[in-house]
Amino acid sequence: MPHESTAEHWGSEAARAHAAHLGMWLFISTEVLLFAALFTTYGVYRSVYPEVWREAQAHMDVTLGTVNTVVLVTSSVLVALAVHATREGRPGTGGALLGLAALLGVTFLVLKGVEYAGHAREGGLPGEWYRLEALPKPGASLFFSLYYLLTGLHAVHVTLGVGVLTVLAVRAAAGGFSASDHTPLELGGMYWHLVDVIWLFVYPILYLS
Amino acid sequence: MSPPVAEPGALPPDNYLSEGRTLWSWLTTRDHKRIGVMFLMLTLGFFFLGGVFALALRIELLTPGRTIMGHLAYNRSFTLHGVIMVWLFMIPAIPSAFGNFLVPLMIGARDVAFPRLNLASVYLFLLGASVALWGMIQGGADTGWTFYTPYSTTTGTAVLPVLLGVFIIGFSTILTGLNFIATVHLLRAPGLTWMRLPLFVWAIYGTSIIQVLATPVLGMVLLLVALERVVGAGIFDPARGGDPILFQHLFWFYSHPAVYIMVLPSMGVISEAVCAFSRKNAFSYRMIVYSTMGIAFVGFFTWGHHMFTSGESTFGAGAFGVMSMLVAIFTAIKIFSWLGTLYRGSIALEAPLFYVLGFMFFLFSGGMIGVAYATTSLNLHWHDTYSVVAHFHFIMVGATLMAFLAGLHYWFPKMFGRTYPGALANAAAVLVVFGFIATFVPQFLLGNAGMPRRYADYPPRFQSLHVASTAGASLLAFGFLSIAGYLAWSLRHGALAGDNPWGSLGFEWQSQSPPPTRNFDVTPVHATGPHQYAPGEPRHAA
Repeated sequence: MPHESTAEHWGSEAARAHAAHLGMWLFISTEVLLFAALFTTYGVYRSVYPEVWREAQAHMDVTLGTVNTVVLVTSSVLVALAVHATREGRPGTGGALLGLAALLGVTFLVLKGVEYAGHAREGGLPGEWYRLEALPKPGASLFFSLYYLLTGLHAVHVTLGVGVLTVLAVRAAAGGFSASDHTPLELGGMYWHLVDVIWLFVYPILYLS
Repeated sequence: MSPPVAEPGALPPDNYLSEGRTLWSWLTTRDHKRIGVMFLMLTLGFFFLGGVFALALRIELLTPGRTIMGHLAYNRSFTLHGVIMVWLFMIPAIPSAFGNFLVPLMIGARDVAFPRLNLASVYLFLLGASVALWGMIQGGADTGWTFYTPYSTTTGTAVLPVLLGVFIIGFSTILTGLNFIATVHLLRAPGLTWMRLPLFVWAIYGTSIIQVLATPVLGMVLLLVALERVVGAGIFDPARGGDPILFQHLFWFYSHPAVYIMVLPSMGVISEAVCAFSRKNAFSYRMIVYSTMGIAFVGFFTWGHHMFTSGESTFGAGAFGVMSMLVAIFTAIKIFSWLGTLYRGSIALEAPLFYVLGFMFFLFSGGMIGVAYATTSLNLHWHDTYSVVAHFHFIMVGATLMAFLAGLHYWFPKMFGRTYPGALANAAAVLVVFGFIATFVPQFLLGNAGMPRRYADYPPRFQSLHVASTAGASLLAFGFLSIAGYLAWSLRHGALAGDNPWGSLGFEWQSQSPPPTRNFDVTPVHATGPHQYAPGEPRHAA
């Protein structure tokens, strides 16, 4: 958009950045509501099948889940540092930190894949493919369906987030951001923190409780 | 009477319609006015399609037994009628068409906050509609527009494309809502404080909040039904320990607020038209604003009233019933305000005002019956009967449609710079209002006598009422076709309207009609709210 029409449309750059942030917050609220439907479903069936779900939970790989939590939180910290570095006038450092964060995102997805493979070997698959011999009771397949829905939808978001972080890292390396002009970086950061925060709810209800 | 012709000759040369006349210039536009016009044309097209299905249903119900179609065709027809009317007409009609066209004009902005997202919402809508219509060609779903499980997860009809289409349209709705919220927050002209905003903008703002917060839940629940059909996820399948009733909860958590996605913008249209055609500023502006936000809020806590017969606890049913009745209080505040605006106003009996009066009739009577439905004991008698069909056609469809037609007639000169034959429009308005009453009053009586909804067949004693309803539907169809006829004629041959044929003091009329692409040469500055008609001496009752 040419600068002149920007000024006419928004009045000022600050108003434009403000609008972008407001739009992102609204988008984040839709994401929260999207996951809320699944969290509600989880809550309902957990209260219907408390015993069976406790047994099903024993089949979760707590170690991998915890490692993944550390990986994701670390990458979120890196993104926060990247935004901070850019604000301080070091966009090159910011770009490098974003690249690292994206790598950690890929690590998360790989570990998640390892975990899925483990469940598949065991027979812990969703819906009609559920074959877990150790736990044939009704309700157990629901746990696995919701496990795949929650972590799968989250993984879709991680994948998109890795893409966003990569694009931002490349733009930062190419000198696309400065201390005064880095709104896309802030928005991408907000999205990545959202992905992180959702995981911080998914992780305890699936692995720890 | 047609409004006076401002000046002979052609439309002002620098209007948004003349900015480029190729199809490509429309398909790539980011102009909120063009996007609004595209949504208007699309939704009108779908309204016609949904109307054809409605007429087919009414013809089938003319006689007991088979008239023109079998039971499966009937089930598919009412499903497509519902899906098209709810998701392709009523939800987008007022916010996406009139909202896009008018909100920036009303708040003195050059465009909406995110013009590219706005264009994306048109394409998402088109994509979703195409997928849903493709499902229709595949035979169509037979689940009703509510997709209740377990039937929707087990029936052999083409449910999947219809679900997917509605899912995609949801994203279009979210983008539109997000855009309006950011626009209203950030692009208001100097001096335009929140309490000076036109009431239509308030209504669109409240609607947008519902769209942004409720639509994702619908998206997820439709996805769950789709997964149930594709991979047997089991969430709503009792054989795997799932619960079909959970679907109803999640579905109505969206779909009840969706009723307010349809009705709140309608109320906004009415608030504008009432002021313009009684030449008075809104009676108790603040109360209309607060009741708009009140409905948007309370609407999230009433979904259980669709499920009184689904094994809800007595306490739950009572609580949802009381919350539902709260909506009636907010609505009543609005009706009193509109009546207060009309009272001792300088009434201009033009077509939009006929629709305003029709709207108030349907909202009032449908709403009062709604309070009765929110009472658990009465609800059990009427649940899933034709009464419910008539009730929601009064309050949801009747109100939305009346407001849509009021807006279409009020803003037609704004959008296209021409007026339509006034006498013809008034006659059509009367026809539509009475056609609507004639169609649905018999259905209240049928339901009360025990005729269930969604049945293709009925005992002969119900026939006279069904014939009456079908006769009303024919009147209605005739009314709509005449409106389509004279509006299409007026697009090219209508008298030139001038900038403000109604003499309205709504902010949208301060710009040229049709507006130039940039809306305003100079950003307007507002020292007062809209519709401040010559205040003169305050009138006191003697």
